[in-house]
Amino acid sequence: MGLSHDNAERLLIVENLEKIYASRGVLGTKKEVIALQGVSFSIRPESTLALVGESGSGKSTLAFCLACLERPTSGRIIFQGNEITELDEKQQRAVRPQIQLVFQDPARSLNPRFSALELVSEPLLVQGRVNKREREDRARALLAQVGLPQEKALQRAEEFSGGQRQRLAIARALALEPKLLILDEALSALDCSVQAQIANLLLELQSSLSLTYLFITHDFAMAGHLADEIAVMERGKVAELGAADKVLREPEHAITRRLIAATPRLGAAAHAPQVG
Amino acid sequence: MAKTMANLPKLVSPLLQVQDLHVTYLSRTGQKSPALAGLSFEVRPGETLGVLGESGSGKSTLAAALLRLLPANGEIEKGVVLFEGQDLLQAEPGTLQRIRGARIAVIFQEPSLALHPMIRIGEQIKDVIAAHESSSRGVIRQKTLQLLAEVFPADAARIADSYPHQLSGGQRQRVLIAQAIACGPSLVVADEPTASLDPSTQQEILSLFRKLREKLGLSLILITHNPALLAGFADRVLVMYAGKAAEIGPAERVLGSPQHPYTRALLQSMPSEMEGHANQRKSKLAVIPGEAPNPEMLENGCRFEARCADRMELCTKREPAVVNVSESHTVSCFKYGE
Repeated sequence: MGLSHDNAERLLIVENLEKIYASRGVLGTKKEVIALQGVSFSIRPESTLALVGESGSGKSTLAFCLACLERPTSGRIIFQGNEITELDEKQQRAVRPQIQLVFQDPARSLNPRFSALELVSEPLLVQGRVNKREREDRARALLAQVGLPQEKALQRAEEFSGGQRQRLAIARALALEPKLLILDEALSALDCSVQAQIANLLLELQSSLSLTYLFITHDFAMAGHLADEIAVMERGKVAELGAADKVLREPEHAITRRLIAATPRLGAAAHAPQVG
Repeated sequence: MAKTMANLPKLVSPLLQVQDLHVTYLSRTGQKSPALAGLSFEVRPGETLGVLGESGSGKSTLAAALLRLLPANGEIEKGVVLFEGQDLLQAEPGTLQRIRGARIAVIFQEPSLALHPMIRIGEQIKDVIAAHESSSRGVIRQKTLQLLAEVFPADAARIADSYPHQLSGGQRQRVLIAQAIACGPSLVVADEPTASLDPSTQQEILSLFRKLREKLGLSLILITHNPALLAGFADRVLVMYAGKAAEIGPAERVLGSPQHPYTRALLQSMPSEMEGHANQRKSKLAVIPGEAPNPEMLENGCRFEARCADRMELCTKREPAVVNVSESHTVSCFKYGE
């Protein structure tokens, strides 16, 4: 789809990925749900690919496969030149720190009883890399990096506002110095003004830490703002993939046009959208 | 510029008038914290008022307070809620019960929590009608199917026999809308009715509201945190900040040329229109510095002062009064007069 695949220059390459869930119908009959089908794309280092689609289009399944939390049924995921789909559980454990997830609702993805410092140092503890002193120093540096004041380091997650909690989730994801951050609807639950703050933080971190983002969203406006490339998903397949500019300006696929038309926009006061 | 509401054209008397509404919540530590601190606005017959506010602005408290449905620790300290000539805050419990759901219907957030998981959709709509009407079962049954056909033109009968878990988020929201219009209310209050939905499903729900308000002559209060949702949908917009109205006016004016510094900053923080702005891609968005204020810590002065780009010395001294900036467009800000 128009992108030249110079594979050596890609941080992540996904080839023909397929994920089928087996489920049981009412009478115990076996049913197959095809969550991903023939999904292929790649991401250049230090760039952002936005994955846009409606609920149920397979975005989150894809995120879980990339983060080694689900095993794809078939297809290949090549990360930094290594195929990670073939690795066994133990080998995958070495890859996981490199690919970190940030979820939509930090209130539910962070233990409310942990202090900010504990939350951010926990990944370092689990990986057993550094001693207590270094963990704390590193965690404090991370909190500063995401814009959380030092005096809040000992406060519990539940005492933070929604935006601060998302900063905390980002700090935690950064603890193991990942290359790729998967942001799964990471801005969707936030207020508009807070979305802008976190979007700016993501841009800052991308350039200071040379991060690569997979930005999963159903918000085309934010995808257009943050991404270099956009992939549009529909029913488990990539319907359209291209440079963000091009996808927004000359959408080729019907689903892309439909999603763009449905995006609420301020300038719409004059012409009401005609969808549905 | 006139400084009171007195010389506004009063062609039609408002359907709902909220005056100086104060609501507080009692915290676990026994402290009273204000959620609404003197909110006043009105809704005219047949109009859609968009209430725009971020977390902590008091917008959901407003939805619950109108019908006195606040949680046990919430208290209406003072104010007037005039609806069809009656002060709902003074009404007897029986009177209030006849208004709730019948004359004013509220659609709360989270369609998945608002429906009983073990009861078929048809029954749940029948229950609403039966609570307000003493018609025969046959009549209620027929009404139920008519209502469902209104929101599901293609498959009302199938939906009636379904359980909530068999429906999508958008379908569940349609069921709540059917419940809301079941008894022919004159006002529907919808609190973030599309927050958990995809953009295209969002637009479908907005289209349904458009159709219904035209057909039934409903007044609608749509509460949301997303300004873009109100563009092209609301007639007027009320912008809330920390329990007060920052700005109220015609939607195209408030969203098109916002006057209050908060409204302006909020709208500027959104990513710009999608087409033709390649040079702004990956550039920093304008942000409102700081966090929304904690209501307990508010002191005298304007609530937005600490985050405001246009603050003046006066802003810390006392709260700004409501100023008319143009016909039926009011702003609470010293920039436009004292």
